[in-house]
Amino acid sequence: MLNPRQVEPNMYRYDEFDSKFVHERVTQFAGQVERRLTGELTEDQFKPLRLMNGLYLQLHAYMLRVAVPYGTLSSKQLRRLAHIARTYDKNFGHFTTRQNIQYNWIKLVDVPAILRELAEVEMHAIQTSGNCIRNVTADQFAGAAADEIEDPRPLAEIIRQWSSLHPEFLFLPRKFKIAVGGSPNDRAALLYHDMAVEIVRNKEGRTGYKVLVGGGMGRTPYIAQVIGEFVEKDDILAFMEAVMRVYNEQGRRDNIYKARIKILTNALGIEEMRRQVNIEFAEIKKVGTLQLPQAELDRITAYFAVPAFETGLSDAMPDAGPDFANWVRTNITAHKAPGYAIATITLKTPGQVPGDATSEQMDIIADLMDEFSVGEVRVTHEQNLVLPHVRNKDLPAIFAKLKELDFASPNAGLITDIIACPGLDYCDLANARSIPIAQKIALKFEDLDRQHKIGELKIKISGCINACGHHHAGHIGILGVDKKGVEFYQLLLGGSGAEDASIGDIMGPGFTEHEIAGAVERVVEVYLAQRNDGERFLDTYRRIGMEKFKAAAYETVAA
Amino acid sequence: MAQTIQMLTANRLKTGDVLYRHVSGWVLMLADGEVYLDAAAADAALAAAQAETVQNDFVAPYLFEVRESAGRIVPVKEREIIRAAGPTVHPHTGKQAGQYNA
Repeated sequence: MLNPRQVEPNMYRYDEFDSKFVHERVTQFAGQVERRLTGELTEDQFKPLRLMNGLYLQLHAYMLRVAVPYGTLSSKQLRRLAHIARTYDKNFGHFTTRQNIQYNWIKLVDVPAILRELAEVEMHAIQTSGNCIRNVTADQFAGAAADEIEDPRPLAEIIRQWSSLHPEFLFLPRKFKIAVGGSPNDRAALLYHDMAVEIVRNKEGRTGYKVLVGGGMGRTPYIAQVIGEFVEKDDILAFMEAVMRVYNEQGRRDNIYKARIKILTNALGIEEMRRQVNIEFAEIKKVGTLQLPQAELDRITAYFAVPAFETGLSDAMPDAGPDFANWVRTNITAHKAPGYAIATITLKTPGQVPGDATSEQMDIIADLMDEFSVGEVRVTHEQNLVLPHVRNKDLPAIFAKLKELDFASPNAGLITDIIACPGLDYCDLANARSIPIAQKIALKFEDLDRQHKIGELKIKISGCINACGHHHAGHIGILGVDKKGVEFYQLLLGGSGAEDASIGDIMGPGFTEHEIAGAVERVVEVYLAQRNDGERFLDTYRRIGMEKFKAAAYETVAA
Repeated sequence: MAQTIQMLTANRLKTGDVLYRHVSGWVLMLADGEVYLDAAAADAALAAAQAETVQNDFVAPYLFEVRESAGRIVPVKEREIIRAAGPTVHPHTGKQAGQYNA
């Protein structure tokens, strides 16, 4: 249904080719579903086909993962996602740590209709699973942040086009995740990606791309290493293709646990990896077909043109009471345009399921997007939503509406802004539940004064070693494990997914479901007692190490 | 040593619904499913189910352990408890709320 107030944001629009291939894929997959239902395709034949279309069979039903390219959605798209949740699911969707949305209660027979509805609003679920290049992610503040060198979305879109149905890279040794950032402050967890591109400025003041490879979480976590210090803009696709070729040829197809590029990078060593990539790069350059012309970069960049911001606006923040002031303190980020702000909507009111939103909540956020944020919203890898372009003077009205939705918690970046994977409540791979642990911890630290006193503290929870909840990168990470059918939780301390990336250290034996929130609380108390002025939890941990935290965490458990 | 008792489960192909094997086919509720008191009976049921997958009504059959608790049959592992009831974080969804995907 067309909303009369719907605003068309400045974002990429499908061209004839995009539209044709997405619609053709819907028709193709509809035929595959039909052939599966009639038995013409066996489950073994069908499974890789459904996975390439983002369709998993989970604990209770099928789960459909829909791609949100670099986390950018128009209000029209968000309304369609709400409609799909209402019509085909149980009235809610789940925003993920890869800036996607997942539906947990999908019927196989409905999937062709859902994909058709998505294609109508220029969306799909292609390459959200399988051993291919997955949905490209980016800084959620792209095009808005005051600290940005350049908007990463044009390059992310170019990478999306290059990697979608790339015939050479649809059957890689393992999945491959790419992220793009445009600011020295890493908000996209670049260093934990298979390949990452950071927009940088060289000594001459020219912008280009720093390319990193070999980062990743999972069973064997690694921080990405620099493979291209400064790649010229017109060379970027040739350089990325060279990296992919080295990986595709030498990645370990014989062992799923050693198949990611992080293992290859560390087996070869970054110097040898760089040497091999540069040989491939030179070969690709000779052919010349992958050079990225400035005109094409300009053409894609034009889709993401800076909105026509009002001028002459005051930078002053409106006075709308103490609750509003608290929200501004944590959930508002500096915008590049005077008088504008970036507003983070945390889907994390203590007690809520991190990342869940109902159809009604999505529809009302779409209204807020149209009324106050040029029709645009971003999905963050921390499972929040962002209104990227908001006038300061409109913030009180937005806050009031978010309060009605129960999405007005002033907790962005605080201890209750917890990342949690779906865990054993939904996921077929999980060993333990994640969401109830996030809920318990959030409720334990619900008091706002206490949260603000603690300051920045990122808790990240995964229900298995695959680390969809980014536990390695949490200031406090929690990993759910299965011990003879019973859930236990390991604590990790000292991880970071930001520009100061580090892998969390495992504390020791796991805690029970009933012990873990208390152990986290005792760890936080050690921080408060030990911290120096201005130190975040992470800083204190890095200064004093594990011992005091460990002693406190196990104190009551042992008693 | 206590004898292992098992049940047989699968998912319905069209909807993904969790199913339990019954003597006359498949049922939606764990409480209505058949319990195999010895390994031979369980293995025979699994073999029969695997042979029936060519009918394309259900997928991925497997056995799981159950035990008796307060006069009821309950799964041993948390995973199967959650599969049988629905997500613990959304009690208004799943079989615990009387909802099926069928």
